[in-house]
Amino acid sequence: MTLPALGWQGLVVLATFGISLLIATYCTYFERVWAAFFQDRVGPDRAGPFGLLQPLADAVKLFTKEEFFPAGANRALFIFGPCLAMVTALMSSAVIPFGNFLKFGDTIVHLQGIEINVGMLYVFGVVALGVYGIMIGGWASNNKFSLLGAIRAASQNISYELAMGLALIAVLMMSGTLSLREITLQQSVAGEWHFWNIVRQPLGFVIFLVCAFAETNRTPFDLPECETELIGGYHTEYSSMKMGLYLFAEYVNVFVATAVMSVLYFGGFNYPFQYEFLDFLTTKTGLSADWAHNIFVLMGVVAMFTKIFIGIFFFMWVRWTLPRFRYDQLMRLGWTILIPLAIFNILLTGGLITFGVIK
Amino acid sequence: MSPLFLFLSFVALLSALGVVLAKNPVHSVLFLILTFFTLSGHYLLLNAQFLAAVNIIVYAGAIMVLFLFVIMFLNLNEDTEPHKPALAKFAAAIAGGSLLLILVAALRNVSPAGYDPTSFDSQIGMVDRLGMVLFKDYALPFELASILLLAAMVGSVMLGKRETGERNF
Repeated sequence: MTLPALGWQGLVVLATFGISLLIATYCTYFERVWAAFFQDRVGPDRAGPFGLLQPLADAVKLFTKEEFFPAGANRALFIFGPCLAMVTALMSSAVIPFGNFLKFGDTIVHLQGIEINVGMLYVFGVVALGVYGIMIGGWASNNKFSLLGAIRAASQNISYELAMGLALIAVLMMSGTLSLREITLQQSVAGEWHFWNIVRQPLGFVIFLVCAFAETNRTPFDLPECETELIGGYHTEYSSMKMGLYLFAEYVNVFVATAVMSVLYFGGFNYPFQYEFLDFLTTKTGLSADWAHNIFVLMGVVAMFTKIFIGIFFFMWVRWTLPRFRYDQLMRLGWTILIPLAIFNILLTGGLITFGVIK
Repeated sequence: MSPLFLFLSFVALLSALGVVLAKNPVHSVLFLILTFFTLSGHYLLLNAQFLAAVNIIVYAGAIMVLFLFVIMFLNLNEDTEPHKPALAKFAAAIAGGSLLLILVAALRNVSPAGYDPTSFDSQIGMVDRLGMVLFKDYALPFELASILLLAAMVGSVMLGKRETGERNF
């Protein structure tokens, strides 16, 4: 066990990568389980106990299907599209802090892929790039329905990015930092009573949530793949694992969106009464200081993932409950309601900070 | 010169050439996005994290999406692209060549000043330092620029608004 610090950090990066993929895999299963529950059906129950091997069966099916290229398609970009969608989806989880740091003697392992000064901007930038996968794939298919889906994706992402950025600014005004780790730590300081940001930014959270649905192309904002109008939208022409990558990227995006939301608004890896718990571990159980700290931190990781799973469930709940928006309604909501609301939220936050109501 | 700098410069020049030489406008836009990425890499090497991130968000993430959007809408491709007259090509070559000449002449005798490792401030390009400069020394220009951008945004909402009595579809 003499891995240098960089080696441990590398393991954390690999674990983050693996966990993102694992959660996305099982999202496909739970999506169907919850869909069945909401529609009073049985759901997947054939492959393995409770249908738990369903994602594996899906993967085998997708890999063995015919690899189809439509006539007149731009072959290189047709392959590049889904790859790009997957890469951009996976990149953003690198900066999310899933926990504080673990201590083994002198070795300190941060439970975060990489800590950068401008973490929030990094996530925002990668999310902004996510639309290229859809646009390139839709255009390269040489199909008018795909092209319409791609164009819808582009305009939808641009519109909702604005409101999302403005909602973020209100959070950043309070935190004074762009680092996701710092934002998390500020939401709970030992010895002080701190609220999570959701209490101080309720309006900003609602705006951010709506925009997150639009950015991940989930119902009620899944206009780019709207099957009643566009057959399948940008992935009409896709088959086999290229199709699978698009579907997969959507679930990874949902995972990242919920993780970012729990960091920004729900205190990330903080949990209620955590310092009392740490106090109990160090004074009552007779563990060494390191191990008490590590157990305290691992509980934080559990808290973080609990928040993420609740968020993912919320995304699925909404998908099987709300009908899809019409395209002009989507644009009107983004430009004439969410953006003015977000600007109002910034003014409100600025006023409250100036008069010392919140800090 | 570090190998990373050389590599980034190589990719930047290659992709910039790709923007000009690609026959298909969509390929040109994709090359331009790659160019922006390499420029962001250069910003990172210069210790300007904030500038690198904002360059990606604004140029690669938003403006290039709009470029791609318009090109896809107009359905420009190799077949429909009009051939420019020889005179325009000639004039463009002359103009571009003289710009290159001026740049080379201006930069030929410049020797980089380098930096002093003892007094070098490693936080110089970080976002809080940048914010201090922007809001202390350049507060008025900054606010004017932000009002200009906000006005553009409000204007676009106004233009997109449906007139009374206009049909939905």
